[in-house]
Amino acid sequence: MSLPARVSLLVVAFLAVVAIGAFVVLHYFLSGPTTIDYASGVTPNTGAVVHVVMQEDPQNTVSTKPDWVSYFIQDPKTKAWVHTTLFRVPAGSRIDMTIYGFDGCTPLRNPVWGQVTGTIGNVEYVNGKPYHQINSWSGCNVGHTFSIPGINLNVPMATPGLIQSAKPGLCATSPCQPGNPKQVPYRVMTFSFNTPHATGEYFWQCRVPCGGGFVTGFGGPMQTIGFMTGNMDVVS
Amino acid sequence: MAAETPTPPPATRSGEPNHGLRIFIPWLVLSVAAVLIIWFVWYPHLPPGGMSSAAANQQFDIAVLAVIAAPVMILVLLYFGYALVVWRQKEGDEEDGPAIHGNTRIQATWIVVSTVIVLFLAVFGTVELFAAQGSGAGQGASPIFTSGVRNPLQVQVIGQQWKFTYRYPQYGGFETTDLVLPTNTWVEFHVTSIDVIHSFWAYQLGIKADANPGVDNIAYAKVYHTGTITVRCAELCGLWHGAMFDYGAAVSPAAFHAWAQATEVRLTSVTKMLPPYALTYDPTVVPQMSKAMVAAGLTGAPGLYYPPTDPEQP
Repeated sequence: MSLPARVSLLVVAFLAVVAIGAFVVLHYFLSGPTTIDYASGVTPNTGAVVHVVMQEDPQNTVSTKPDWVSYFIQDPKTKAWVHTTLFRVPAGSRIDMTIYGFDGCTPLRNPVWGQVTGTIGNVEYVNGKPYHQINSWSGCNVGHTFSIPGINLNVPMATPGLIQSAKPGLCATSPCQPGNPKQVPYRVMTFSFNTPHATGEYFWQCRVPCGGGFVTGFGGPMQTIGFMTGNMDVVS
Repeated sequence: MAAETPTPPPATRSGEPNHGLRIFIPWLVLSVAAVLIIWFVWYPHLPPGGMSSAAANQQFDIAVLAVIAAPVMILVLLYFGYALVVWRQKEGDEEDGPAIHGNTRIQATWIVVSTVIVLFLAVFGTVELFAAQGSGAGQGASPIFTSGVRNPLQVQVIGQQWKFTYRYPQYGGFETTDLVLPTNTWVEFHVTSIDVIHSFWAYQLGIKADANPGVDNIAYAKVYHTGTITVRCAELCGLWHGAMFDYGAAVSPAAFHAWAQATEVRLTSVTKMLPPYALTYDPTVVPQMSKAMVAAGLTGAPGLYYPPTDPEQP
């Protein structure tokens, strides 16, 4: 092989390695779920009310892991459902949260997380009815939780409580569309909590080993941002 | 017969200063100063502090080790520095140094001193394990070194991804995320986990006990004074391990009793949801319940638990 050919080959090989490295960095390390912004246009530390809307689905049909349970967050501007678990809220504000629960039930590993804590009044409303706790071991009652340990927030997510043979069954295409419960069964959970004045990222998680757990711990969607855990970014 | 050639006498050391004395005197002064500083200045501020019996014992142990180690370290550094300065090769000096000869007195001294130190540390360490009820590390379900108190306050620590919860069996078995302890009371921690391996590290208490599923790991501490207790998980346990921490409080016995009674009443309905108090909890209960729910025709999240052969198994 001639010298120019060898040099060209070396240059091409070097560029190929650089390109592969750049792809790995961009694709795996710098990419990730988008952050839904609920903070823009809201003055922090004024007690302003921000309405955050989410849903939890039995599956997601929008990712490479379609059988993983997943949360979705609604973009406040476009009202589109986004497959992410990252959202940004203003500090010192009141969050009015609405979560549509489309998923079926799974018992909590520790039933103590069936109690509602950290919300205003330590209460959540399921289809408008107030609850201070839900017993996930006494029936098909709880599908997930929405928990932010950093502010001691824990809210069990109620389920439609269906039997497998029910018609219609659980929502099968994500993101599910809240509408007529007789067509697609779901529960609506509403609750309010105050964001801290201290800015920072507060991780949130589901405490139910929901379809992605192992006997000895969480796995799959339970430990993957964008599915059943994420961050609440409190900004000022 | 040829006359024996007399062996030349070894090089005389006349004119040499007494190196041993020149090293010994500053070593003695520095060692005494270091020991006094360690014991009277540093000791009260050594981690993890003196908030509990276990912590105070650890603090004492560290101080004793520091007092023993300081003269040794000073001697090594002093000798090192002295050799560098005094015995360094002078410019233009091409001669070999004098031959090195063994010194039985010095060799015997350091062997005896080293032996004494090592044997003392072995005995001291064993005694300190005993005196400190296992030094806060947890001794499993059958502890050898107990507090000797007949009815200590029992607090069950339950590790779970990613939060510690605490059950108080002597107060109806309520479970809470708040760790509250009384002062001047022996506490018997029962540390366990309901999922993966965690480690209950209550820093100011000097407690660092593994939390393993299916294991009741017992550790003891007596809290000496009120204050804040920092609790961290010290075993990598998943995505949010780094955020698995909280803060407890040590309060007066009267305040603790009032808190425990009020919390027991407040959480009565929640306690009814809990499984009966047990020293360990079977992590397979939930998948068994899930299977039962599915068998009963109830909907559940798809997949439930991944089997060991599942490709998503980490």
